[in-house]
Amino acid sequence: MSEFSTRFTRRRLALLVPMLAAGLTITACSAPGSEQPTSEDSGAPVSTELGTDPITLEMYAETGFPLAKALADEFTKQHPNVKFNVREDQFTVIVENAPRVLASDNAPDIIRLPTMVDLVKDGLLKNLDPYFDAHGWDKFPASQLVQLRLTDGGAERGSGSLYGMGLGYSVTGVFYNKKQAEQIGMTQPPATIAEFEDLLVKAKAANLLPIMQFNKNTAGINFPYQALQNQYGDASQIADWIFQKQGATFDTPASLKAAQTIEKWAKAGYFPKDANAIDYTAMMGEFQKGNGLFMFNGDWESANLDKNMAGDVGFFLFPGETADAKHVAMSAPNTFGVGARAKNPDAAAYFLNWVHTNDKAREISVNVGGSHPGGPADLPLPPVADGTVLAETLKASQQLGADNGAVDFTANATGGIFAAAITPEMQKLIAGQQTPEGYVKAVQAEYEKELSR
Amino acid sequence: MTSALGSVPAGSGTAPRPGGADPQLPVRPHRKRWGRTARWVGWLWVLPALIMYGVFVLRPLVLTVQYSLYRWNGIGTAQWVGFDNYLTVFTDRDLLKIITNAFVLIIFFSFIPVALGLLVASLVRRITTGPGGTLVRTVLFLPQVIPLVAAGIAWSWVLSSNGLVNQLLRAVGLERITRPWLGEFSTALPSVGVIGTWIMLGLCTILLVTGMSKIDPSLYEAARMDGAGPIREFFAVTLPSLRQEIGVCLTVTVIAALASFDIVYISTSGGPGIQTTVPGLEIYRLAFSQRQVGLASALGVVLMLLVLVCVLPIQRLTRGEKA
Repeated sequence: MSEFSTRFTRRRLALLVPMLAAGLTITACSAPGSEQPTSEDSGAPVSTELGTDPITLEMYAETGFPLAKALADEFTKQHPNVKFNVREDQFTVIVENAPRVLASDNAPDIIRLPTMVDLVKDGLLKNLDPYFDAHGWDKFPASQLVQLRLTDGGAERGSGSLYGMGLGYSVTGVFYNKKQAEQIGMTQPPATIAEFEDLLVKAKAANLLPIMQFNKNTAGINFPYQALQNQYGDASQIADWIFQKQGATFDTPASLKAAQTIEKWAKAGYFPKDANAIDYTAMMGEFQKGNGLFMFNGDWESANLDKNMAGDVGFFLFPGETADAKHVAMSAPNTFGVGARAKNPDAAAYFLNWVHTNDKAREISVNVGGSHPGGPADLPLPPVADGTVLAETLKASQQLGADNGAVDFTANATGGIFAAAITPEMQKLIAGQQTPEGYVKAVQAEYEKELSR
Repeated sequence: MTSALGSVPAGSGTAPRPGGADPQLPVRPHRKRWGRTARWVGWLWVLPALIMYGVFVLRPLVLTVQYSLYRWNGIGTAQWVGFDNYLTVFTDRDLLKIITNAFVLIIFFSFIPVALGLLVASLVRRITTGPGGTLVRTVLFLPQVIPLVAAGIAWSWVLSSNGLVNQLLRAVGLERITRPWLGEFSTALPSVGVIGTWIMLGLCTILLVTGMSKIDPSLYEAARMDGAGPIREFFAVTLPSLRQEIGVCLTVTVIAALASFDIVYISTSGGPGIQTTVPGLEIYRLAFSQRQVGLASALGVVLMLLVLVCVLPIQRLTRGEKA
């Protein structure tokens, strides 16, 4: 009897052991991951010719922003040999997928980029310096592309080689509901932060919601927060922090004062009571329904607001502490890069150049994207209808350029800072679960943790 | 004695078991050969399933354990860190809070649905065998059929500031307690729990009703003759007979609570703060947004062990007597 059972199990074992062994061998016990082949193409000649061979450009773009698709369609119309295969995802999904998609054999030629630092560190993005020279992008204002530069190996942003271009260059500020502004006697945009706060008080007294802002899923209140932070101190400190410059810190008096102001506004009821339960889409819906005097947002909504609230919306750049303070605002290119393993990098770069310089493309950038098209400083801006909010955001964009006041979003400082620190801590701050000091320290702590990896 | 396979007692032996080399029973050679082939043929049949299991369950499992010992961003070179990631899981205050959240959800995903399920099942037991039975069962089971994402979206509307719940509260003059249920720190986690209760209740009720229909009616008859009322009947007959069904309910729902992701991701994304963040969501965030594949894997392994630690005792308690 016992012989029977032992033999049986032995047989079972005889089968299972090799299977398990095979399983373990498949998994290969070497360390996961591998060194990506560094692109050896930096010195290789690049072509600025599109050629006439039929090609298909793989494009990975953002859902909800029709600009990329519109530009691709126009490009195909002008150059019928180039077709686009556009894949779209939500921005957060692109952030999560970008490394794997770029590392795959089917890497996109043109991809909407989240933060580029990690991607450059892993050698997944094409260095665009050869194209910069070949296409003469030195005629663009240098400040336009500065956020897209990285030093060797992605150690620091803001200088070094070019790794992306913008499909439009966005500017952020404050949209306001003109009817409600009239109701509380606001005849022109506030010239100082004090004036702005005065308007908040008046709106509250008139039973209006002073600021419609989302704070669910991702921290929308980081818009007003950074707007304040930009003005309370030296904005270049914030830029250094975002660019991961040595010794840069978030723990500054300006950050703290901004956090205190946000806390004060939240306690005074200037934000929606349920801001932590309002997401971006809900915010846009509410503002368009007339709920909210102000909304901190970017010019990518200009075309949309002109359509749904025609004539009823205005826009201004967030003011400084004094009326003569220089304008500073979060402004970033809608970054697109070229995959290091892309099959048609020359055509991709040609497309990026075309977007900045072709008249029709610039028109589409403005009318569909709502943003400044960038490109050489001497090219005229496409005309837009007077009285639209689009005209106002474009004007603001030029004003900002003249003041050289563009700062990137703090959310772009590292890959995880927004999800891991800014969003949860901001949700706590406005609900009274976190102190302003605690907020600033928590964000800096997460930043250091991520940089130490 | 039972063999390792738990097969029929080997000693009964009038019919020679295929391949069973019982020395007392002479087996004709060709039959023996046939038997041996039969066993291998048997393995051949399950081979596709075994390969799938190996490639899609065992291999990822082994890989996850391996990744958890490295610091790796998913693309570049990995660095061996030993048990550092596990140390982080057990010392990081946020991660501990996240694990605690999952245990709070067990109350809402398991205990309440099973308790309510018992109550509902006792009430509807008679109806489900009648003509309207299919309708009742369908209605009860509906939350299970609806995709969790859709349920999450629907519930986030119901619980929003101007949602159904607050409208009802206002209608009955309870304006004072209306709030954004999913957006407020004190109510977010219980609100997510309520969504879970709603989803799990149907499953538990259907399982329990089915179990009740198998109980021998004579037991109830006997109980009644002994003078037992409905409550006594429930505790003396129904509850003990449902031991195994309750075990299944608890197992399934506890796993659902500890491994929850969809509902939380859709209704709150883990906010406000990290009030409703659960391990499943954090693993996903760590791996894909913060690109800490090693730490995410370590948390995954810990989560798997937690599930086992919670589920094995339930299995033992509810199986023990009948096996």
